[in-house]
Amino acid sequence: MATQTQSDALLRPAPRVAVKSRSVGKRAGVAGVGHLVVVLVVVGFFMLPFVWMVLSSFKSALQIIELPPRLFFAPTLQNYVNVFATQNFAQYFWNSLVIGAGSTALGLVLGLPAAYSIARYKQHGLALAILMARIVPGITFLIPLFILFRTLGLVDTYLSLILTHLLVGMPFIVWVMVPFFEAIPLSLEEAARVDGASMLQVVLRIVLPISGPGIVTGAILAFVFSWNNFMFSIVLATNRTKTLPVAVYNFISYAQIDWGGLMAAAVVITLPVLILALLTQRYVVKGLTAGAVKG
Amino acid sequence: MMRNFLDRHVRWVFPLPALCFVLVMMAFPLLYTGWISLTGWSLSAGTPADFIGLKNYLALFQDERFRLSVIRTFYFTVLAMAVEVVAGVAIALLLDRDYPGKRVVNAIMLLPMMATPVAIAMVWLFMYEPSAGVVNYVLRRLHSPTPLWIAGPNSAIPALALVDIWEWTPMIILIALAGLSGLPGEVFEAAEVDGASRWRVLWQVTLPMLMPTITIAALLRLIDALKTFDIIYAMTGGGPGYASETLNIYTYQQAFSYFSFGFASAALVAFFALVLGMSLIMTTTRKVVEL
Repeated sequence: MATQTQSDALLRPAPRVAVKSRSVGKRAGVAGVGHLVVVLVVVGFFMLPFVWMVLSSFKSALQIIELPPRLFFAPTLQNYVNVFATQNFAQYFWNSLVIGAGSTALGLVLGLPAAYSIARYKQHGLALAILMARIVPGITFLIPLFILFRTLGLVDTYLSLILTHLLVGMPFIVWVMVPFFEAIPLSLEEAARVDGASMLQVVLRIVLPISGPGIVTGAILAFVFSWNNFMFSIVLATNRTKTLPVAVYNFISYAQIDWGGLMAAAVVITLPVLILALLTQRYVVKGLTAGAVKG
Repeated sequence: MMRNFLDRHVRWVFPLPALCFVLVMMAFPLLYTGWISLTGWSLSAGTPADFIGLKNYLALFQDERFRLSVIRTFYFTVLAMAVEVVAGVAIALLLDRDYPGKRVVNAIMLLPMMATPVAIAMVWLFMYEPSAGVVNYVLRRLHSPTPLWIAGPNSAIPALALVDIWEWTPMIILIALAGLSGLPGEVFEAAEVDGASRWRVLWQVTLPMLMPTITIAALLRLIDALKTFDIIYAMTGGGPGYASETLNIYTYQQAFSYFSFGFASAALVAFFALVLGMSLIMTTTRKVVEL
């Protein structure tokens, strides 16, 4: 588990940066060009599929299979119109949103008190049990849960999807929050207790407000993991509650693949998470790398 | 009254909801999977959930398709992980300095791992398309041979690993960058004063100090790479033939295409043991490395 020093290391760069850039400065000429090439290659490689996805989504059925591919062309919105008009994507979008929001909210309700208790009372056993969900293959839970939900008539309901997506989101919230809560000085809480505040007041008025960044990180990542989830959804979200990843996948079950529509659908599903990730970049990097950097 | 109760019992009231969730949604499924694996339950064959002992396991270990899927799982994982860790650390070392646009570059690296894997799979499917795809078009222009990518029995796994590499190398880069910025500056100053070459500093100071971070990043990748499902299922469904059928795909097919719950559960127990075993080996190695 990550500790206080680790989150610190991630928060602020160490003073070494200044020392190092001085030594680098000596050969700024050659190294500068080499560095620029590396940056361009890295950015190009990681951006290419996105650029290709967006460009193709605005091409007509003829333009899209044209070789050499055109970079400049008269864009059409037809693919997007098709996706929403004939494929009922608005409904799938709504389903993904409800399930994502539901599992994130429930993940916070279950995860925050548990994380606090793990941090304060060193409940390592509980931490291990929750984090097992990160190691165990998701499909191990899926067969018995599918049988259970089928017996209860819960397949293809929001409830079954929210509960299964919690398996991914809740452990992540705990994983991000435990080091956060550990970092809060105990003296702060003890002072409030001495002043007569109850445990609930301490948590609601002191602990949660200063843990804002951690909660944001955990919530965003839990939402994104739910939004992106495919395996649980393809088994449990068969019809009424079909989510976007399942809908996009169903696109290719037709004999003739409509590449333009497929790329438009891919844009519709990735754009919200990418915007969310960029807006909260600082937190997300911290959340994803939590626990990996030793202090 | 209520207030006093919570104050006195906070250490078990707080984790109680999460604990209930763990029991119902995790402990019960794991135990139930273990039980089903000892039965002959199959919806397609119409056999009931009757106890048949270890027969599923015997059948499993004799199944050629299962054995090959284990090998493919390792092939995919080792290939993807090796490239991700080596390339990720190398890129991080090259990027570790202040330069204009650093924030933008770091933001861009966040995108592949946050984007919905199924959507990403569709984009790569389009780019890999043998005749209309851009990848083979570029290769043709370069007069280079054009592989079948995911459509070829031998190229399917490497082609899928490339998608995984595209998705997850950024995570290694970001973790390594965070690790690098946490290293103490005095050591580098001392090495410079001693006149150590940059190459020597890299191999004898930077990398050894970065090792714990790299190991944990690799461990996180290992656990997830073994379980890769979305891109493989969405792009090839395990095909062509069974050429890209990893353990996760194999179990999924047994459970939700053939509905042989008993047999699939036995495969799951094996899969679970494999992932857990690999994680334990890596954790132990990590402790040894750090001693």
